[in-house]
Amino acid sequence: MYLQGGIVLAQGMVNETGRAAKKVGRQSVLLEKKASLNYAATVAGPKESLGPMAQYIDRCHVDNLLNEKSFEKAECHMLEEACYLTLGKAGLTPDDVDYFIAGDLLNQVISANYCARKLSIPYFGLYGACSTLTEGLSLGAMLLEGGYGDHVLIATSSHNCTSERQYRFPTEYGYQRPGYAQWTVTGAGAVLLGSRGDGPRVESVTVGKIVDAGIRDPLNMGTAMAPAAADTINQHLLDLERVPGYYHMIITGDLGNTGKQLNEDILLNQGIDIRPNYSDCGVLIYHPQQNVGAGGSGCACSALVFLGFFLNQMLKQEITRVLLVATGSLHSPTAIMQGESMPGIAHAVSLEI
Amino acid sequence: MEDIQRQKETNLLLDNHWFNNWNKLKQPKPPLWKNLIYAFLFGGLVSILGQALLEMYLALGVSQEQAGNPTVATVIFLASLLTAIGIFDRIASIAGAGVAIPVTGFANSITAMALEFKREGFVLGSGAKMFSLAGSIIMFGVVTAFVIGIISAII
Amino acid sequence: MGDFLTAFWVGGVFCVLGQLLFDLTKYTPGHILTGFTVGGGILGGVGLYDRLIDFAGAGALLPISSFGNALVRGAMSEAARSGVLGVLTGMFELTSTGITAAIIFGFFMALFFQPKG
Repeated sequence: MYLQGGIVLAQGMVNETGRAAKKVGRQSVLLEKKASLNYAATVAGPKESLGPMAQYIDRCHVDNLLNEKSFEKAECHMLEEACYLTLGKAGLTPDDVDYFIAGDLLNQVISANYCARKLSIPYFGLYGACSTLTEGLSLGAMLLEGGYGDHVLIATSSHNCTSERQYRFPTEYGYQRPGYAQWTVTGAGAVLLGSRGDGPRVESVTVGKIVDAGIRDPLNMGTAMAPAAADTINQHLLDLERVPGYYHMIITGDLGNTGKQLNEDILLNQGIDIRPNYSDCGVLIYHPQQNVGAGGSGCACSALVFLGFFLNQMLKQEITRVLLVATGSLHSPTAIMQGESMPGIAHAVSLEI
Repeated sequence: MEDIQRQKETNLLLDNHWFNNWNKLKQPKPPLWKNLIYAFLFGGLVSILGQALLEMYLALGVSQEQAGNPTVATVIFLASLLTAIGIFDRIASIAGAGVAIPVTGFANSITAMALEFKREGFVLGSGAKMFSLAGSIIMFGVVTAFVIGIISAII
Repeated sequence: MGDFLTAFWVGGVFCVLGQLLFDLTKYTPGHILTGFTVGGGILGGVGLYDRLIDFAGAGALLPISSFGNALVRGAMSEAARSGVLGVLTGMFELTSTGITAAIIFGFFMALFFQPKG
């Protein structure tokens, strides 16, 4: 028993210096119980179904409206599909799940909210932009670590048309996208974290902090987010005293071609070389001939590629140690128009099997 | 600005000079010559279409001063239709300014907004948002004309 | 009012100018088109834009700058007829067709079609 400030603290919660036992370094947490990624499902739209990741996606749709009345409703539909597919694979009902953690790109995270309405699971809504997957995994893993539940369902979605409509221009507007612009992925992914299971385990979490590189062009997201990715990866390696080679794969969410390069270069400048085992979901999700500028972006980008492809690879033990770093740009059109720049964030989870 | 400056200074990973250099060297640049050629060709093509319509209306007996009106209206109709069918944005990704600068761009922005926001209803969606993109053209055009008009009335 | 060849290259030049601004400056299309409109208005104010339309026909009539010209000419001609108040009453005289057409066709297209993304 430790006594601190008159409050009795449970054994194991603090270490000898009086600091929280599982906190490592400035931004990381080393987990002991290690939540397991037990089941996952992915749903995607037409463009993604023609990409290289299509074979790993559970359900592909040919129409980005999904016979719904609006693109927003279609996105919500995909998120619900991903959630129910995941629960189906696990043989569980929504009532068996302790917490639902979800987020998307839309104002007030409506896709997640209305999906949560249908699922009726105690719900934490998140806004991490494209970093929602790892932000959700971080929080979910920590909830299970603390013994606050047995099952956490984490889900995220994005849709090209809903984000074009909200962040940029109406979908039929004619404008030329610059080479560094990315294509928001239409899709959804859900994953069930359990305190017990044989899936890849979340063994550490590095919570990102905002890094703002001063970029004011909302089409240049890769460049805006890469400094945050580099910062989080650097901090993670520092906090856990590891080298990049410790991991079979270091994966970022959606930096795209330009952002991926910038991330590599910033880290190289610090003497850290991640190039041999580094990949970015935004670069992987589409074929170059699909005319997507610098690659894919959006919450579903990391969800589809990681929960589809990389999770599959981990289950087959082809890769056993992965650092997943999803990145988000936390700006809004209003802030940009008022002259603000784009604050980036990157959350990292390390997985092992 | 100061916050970012401070961030950049305290952020070990990012130094202004290095970053500016990186941007100059490694940011993808637009294919300028390709874009200029397509802009010229498509802009010229739209003008030829307009000229054909103009001469057609003149031949139909419309007066010199008035012939511009049905010409512009027809071009607007065509741009609007192509937008609604879903082809205009594909043409624009190649043509760039070639279809954005002529009144086709104006028509596209209005139709695209009306079409997109019909999902929020015709009154609060299409009606309210129709001029979101084109509004500043109208506002600044009117203000310019007001100032110049007043000046011309006085002198 | 102009001929096909002149219309082609004058229209092309307007668009090339626009493309240079799109690619080489940080201004958005909204900014640049507004700039063209104001520019057309100023040229209209000194009487140059109408001469350009006589020279190049559709090549100068179709770019958005002619909208600025039409607003200015409308305001100026009505002001010449009935004084300062004419600036207000005459402004949309020449642009009425364009704006009305854009609204009407925009509305009907929205009525009958769906956005496809």
